[in-house]
Amino acid sequence: MKPAFRNLTAPASSPGQMVAVTFDGQELTLVEGENLAAALLAAGVDTFRETPVSGAPRAPFCMMGACFDCLVEIDGTVRQACLATVTDGMNIRKPNGTSDV
Amino acid sequence: MYDLIVIGAGPAGMAAARRAADLGLTVLILDEQSRSGGQIYRDVERAALLRGEILGKDYTDGIDLARGLDHPGITHAASASVWQIEDGYRVYYTQNGAGKTAAAKRLLIATGALERPMPIPGWTLPGVMTAGAAQILLKQSGMVAERAVLAGAGPLLYLVAAQMVKAGAPPLALVETQTGGDFRRALKYLPGALRGWPYLMKGKDMLAALRRAGVPRHTGATGLRVEGGDRAEALVFNAGGRQHKIEARTVLLHHGVVPHIQAARSIGIPHRWNAQQQCFAPEHDETGRTAIDTVFIAGDGAGIGGAKAAAIAGRISALSIAQDLERITAADCRRESRPLQASLNRELAVRPFLDTAYPPYKEALSPDDATIVCRCEEVTAGDIRRYAGMGCLGPNQAKAFGRSGMGPCQGRYCGLTVTALLAAANGKTPDETGYYRIRPPIKPVTLGELAATAQRKGK
Amino acid sequence: MESDYAIIGGGVVGLSIAWGLLKRGRSVTVLDGDDGSFRASRGNFGLVWVQSKGMNQPRYARWSQESAAAWADHAAELGDATGHDMGLRQDGGLTLFFSEDEMEKTVSDYETLKAKLDGNYPYEILGGNALRREEPHIGPSVIGAILHHQDGHTNPLRLLQSLAQDVRRLGGTVLTGKQITGVEKTDLFRLTCADGTEIRAAKTVLSAGLGAIDLGPKMGFKAPIRPQRGQVLITEKMPKIINRPSLIARQVDEGGIQIGATNEEVDFNDDVTQDGIAHLAADAVNAYPILGKVNLIRSWGALRILSPDGLPIYQESAAMPGAFLVTCHSGVTLSAAHARFLPDWLEGNANAPDLEVFSEARFS
Ligand SMILES: Cc1cc2nc3c(=O)[nH]c(=O)nc-3n(C[C@H](O)[C@H](O)[C@H](O)COP(=O)(O)OP(=O)(O)OC[C@H]3O[C@@H](n4cnc5c(N)ncnc54)[C@H](O)[C@@H]3O)c2cc1C
Ligand SMILES: Cc1cc2nc3c(=O)[nH]c(=O)nc-3n(C[C@H](O)[C@H](O)[C@H](O)COP(=O)(O)OP(=O)(O)OC[C@H]3O[C@@H](n4cnc5c(N)ncnc54)[C@H](O)[C@@H]3O)c2cc1C
Ligand code: FES
Repeated sequence: MKPAFRNLTAPASSPGQMVAVTFDGQELTLVEGENLAAALLAAGVDTFRETPVSGAPRAPFCMMGACFDCLVEIDGTVRQACLATVTDGMNIRKPNGTSDV
Repeated sequence: MYDLIVIGAGPAGMAAARRAADLGLTVLILDEQSRSGGQIYRDVERAALLRGEILGKDYTDGIDLARGLDHPGITHAASASVWQIEDGYRVYYTQNGAGKTAAAKRLLIATGALERPMPIPGWTLPGVMTAGAAQILLKQSGMVAERAVLAGAGPLLYLVAAQMVKAGAPPLALVETQTGGDFRRALKYLPGALRGWPYLMKGKDMLAALRRAGVPRHTGATGLRVEGGDRAEALVFNAGGRQHKIEARTVLLHHGVVPHIQAARSIGIPHRWNAQQQCFAPEHDETGRTAIDTVFIAGDGAGIGGAKAAAIAGRISALSIAQDLERITAADCRRESRPLQASLNRELAVRPFLDTAYPPYKEALSPDDATIVCRCEEVTAGDIRRYAGMGCLGPNQAKAFGRSGMGPCQGRYCGLTVTALLAAANGKTPDETGYYRIRPPIKPVTLGELAATAQRKGK
Repeated sequence: MESDYAIIGGGVVGLSIAWGLLKRGRSVTVLDGDDGSFRASRGNFGLVWVQSKGMNQPRYARWSQESAAAWADHAAELGDATGHDMGLRQDGGLTLFFSEDEMEKTVSDYETLKAKLDGNYPYEILGGNALRREEPHIGPSVIGAILHHQDGHTNPLRLLQSLAQDVRRLGGTVLTGKQITGVEKTDLFRLTCADGTEIRAAKTVLSAGLGAIDLGPKMGFKAPIRPQRGQVLITEKMPKIINRPSLIARQVDEGGIQIGATNEEVDFNDDVTQDGIAHLAADAVNAYPILGKVNLIRSWGALRILSPDGLPIYQESAAMPGAFLVTCHSGVTLSAAHARFLPDWLEGNANAPDLEVFSEARFS
């Protein structure tokens, strides 16, 4: 789907390089050094994770490291996307924790 | 060992660090953000050049504070999340995936504010964000939400709307929950507020800009709810005697900010309910010193006052700390603090007016039974009321019963609501009801990072 | 207000007893403290555990076994009544070993105990490879484990909540925020609360956890108990990575990994210390290396309620007949026994369990 956000500066004119990352197996091209949550939103990612409790979809809510709705698994560890920056080759997945073990 | 560790590189922390360094103290300033600025001046050194025009002078003004960290006495640890404070002088944090520790003679907590939780039906859907979040995207990433509606109350709502207008993506509407009655009640504070008149003038200018851009405004809105399947699709509300439905891709909520008390609570600093601001705030003296002699607190984390007040309070704390460490005399400290205290009072003069004119949205303080209050564990307002019926007098027992506050956010976005619901159900005050006991880690840390800080004994 | 029993303390011990008495048709009032009081029932590790209990007192081992054996019915009955799943799993529990010596010593102790229990001590020794077949994420520093088939774990918070809910459903009165400050006996017991409330009852049970240190002597008990701090960690929710609980870590039914616990003599201090949680983390990662990448969400400290020999105390007051002291180290494990067997002892029924060895007579 079309992203809900518009970039004021075209990615081409941004200082960072475009790099390839994967999000849940899908390849995305993002600006290196950009805030990861912002970059995923700009790329049209709607759902960052499903909650372990009910499976409800979630996406960034606060963008300041407080709500934890932006949690994604980056190279094996769950991190807050809004506190992470895009690096080349990042392997990002939805966290797969459950509340029904 | 540093002289001073500052947690938080917003206006309070940056101003304190610089004043302290100028007085000869060695300072470590830690912030989990990758660049200095805090919430208001987020990423200001970079973004001011790129889009200072859109963000306005109040934003670009922060550049001096951010540049102030460039001082030989100051070490700025960026992307450093503090997860534990111990004994009033030692902090533990994670930076680039490694657990680290540092100690200082004095500690300043300058962790700022959070937007007040606004639990309404549908607030957990993707596409629902805080207004501050939209502003952060604008500041730090140059992204503006298209087809967005803003809902709630308070000056920040106007500011974000005005910034969106300037960015060429005016919001679809401004749905405000405050009423004319709130404004009339606030009028009695107007004389005091006029001491901070530039704020009021700015408010008027912002509203005029929104009018010119043709952004519809609804006030006295009630019954707010977000509709949508896998993401927000519309905001529904009542205003002017009828129901409205605004189709939107993004719904931005805001009804004020409250102190972010995680760090202070984790070390047992006493907090008290502030009825005017409807939140808990840590107890401290006029220099920011807390019940723990070595720990100071400044900025919005000490009580909401805004960015200018935060910077001033940071400087006042720095002076007191410098006096503690015998870098300045008591007399010098007093001489320099007095005018700062006066300007702090001027800054704070507008608060009673703002707090009364833009009170929190009532239905979000006492949501319907079906509304989720704890986003992490998906606990509803009805659950909390049920726990009150089972004898839960405070949030800690309610948490044991229903897991509210046990998720990764550790109660940041449900604590105030749970206290309010229990207080109402039990006929008690928020102070009697209390708050979650906050424990380390105040930010998640991996077990590997934590294990690396273990001191191996005797082996 | 007057009832057959006044139960002082609404933790897992008091509520289990209250539940059992209500089931026997008694009227019960439970008095409990406020939101901030010390509550082991809110901070424990959730094990329903038999192994290593009662190494020097086989009656305690047997009492734990009796409770563990009654737990399935206990959980089912509470679950049916409240709609909550107690999360009970009794597929055995592990003690992990990091050296052969340690393991041999424990095995020989278990053999001694097993003989005293007429052979009812079903455990097996797992070597490193057998262990890793059962628990693939256990790391190389673990050389083996003892798997005891009578061990298991539960969700202790859901147990607490279910008891609190079902005691009310059964007609019990539970009053929270009622700190009992005085107990007197004339024809009835008269309990006074800090807020002035007065409660009358024919019998009373002191099951106030650490609160018994103050109240016990006033009621004619020695109550020689002390607090011992345990710090505990819980991680983010994970997919299933740990099958059986060990004393180092278990995966709770809600997904998090619970790691515990320290044993610290620090009086009435339930704080968390960096040293404490860092060592817990290091030990857990050592045993289960996969945990190194897992986020810690929360830690806490809670106070155990310990008698000098670690055994429970079941004692009727000589000075105030009809007043009973009940306190124990493992109130979760013993919840089934307290709910199902102990009431017969309180009632003086013929089928009462023999609890003589747990009386205060053993403390001279
Ligand atoms: C999202 C948001 C947007 C806002 N926008 C405006 C605005 O545009 N205009 C305005 O006047 N006011 C705004 N405010 C109000 C704002 O609180 C104050 O204006 C001002 O930022 C307060 O300054 P401060 O120094 O107290 O805290 P902040 O500026 O909030 O700085 C606190 C810093 O502490 C850091 N921190 C917190 N916890 C930790 C931790 N555990 N480890 C490491 N670092 C940590 C944070 O990353 C943050 O950078 C906003 C508030 C919020 C929450
Ligand atoms: C870290 C840790 C791990 C543990 N792990 C396990 C485990 O894995 N398995 C297991 O079986 N056990 C375990 N335990 C032990 C178990 O938690 C306790 O045995 C049990 O919770 C004790 O329950 P209680 O009701 O006696 O005490 P508490 O839960 O402490 O309750 C006492 C209650 O009495 C009330 N009270 C106190 N004084 C008064 C007064 N004067 N008037 C009115 N009310 C009063 C308090 O408010 C409180 O609610 C663990 C304990 C700890 C600390
Ligand atoms: S969006 Fe809230 S923590 Fe990242």
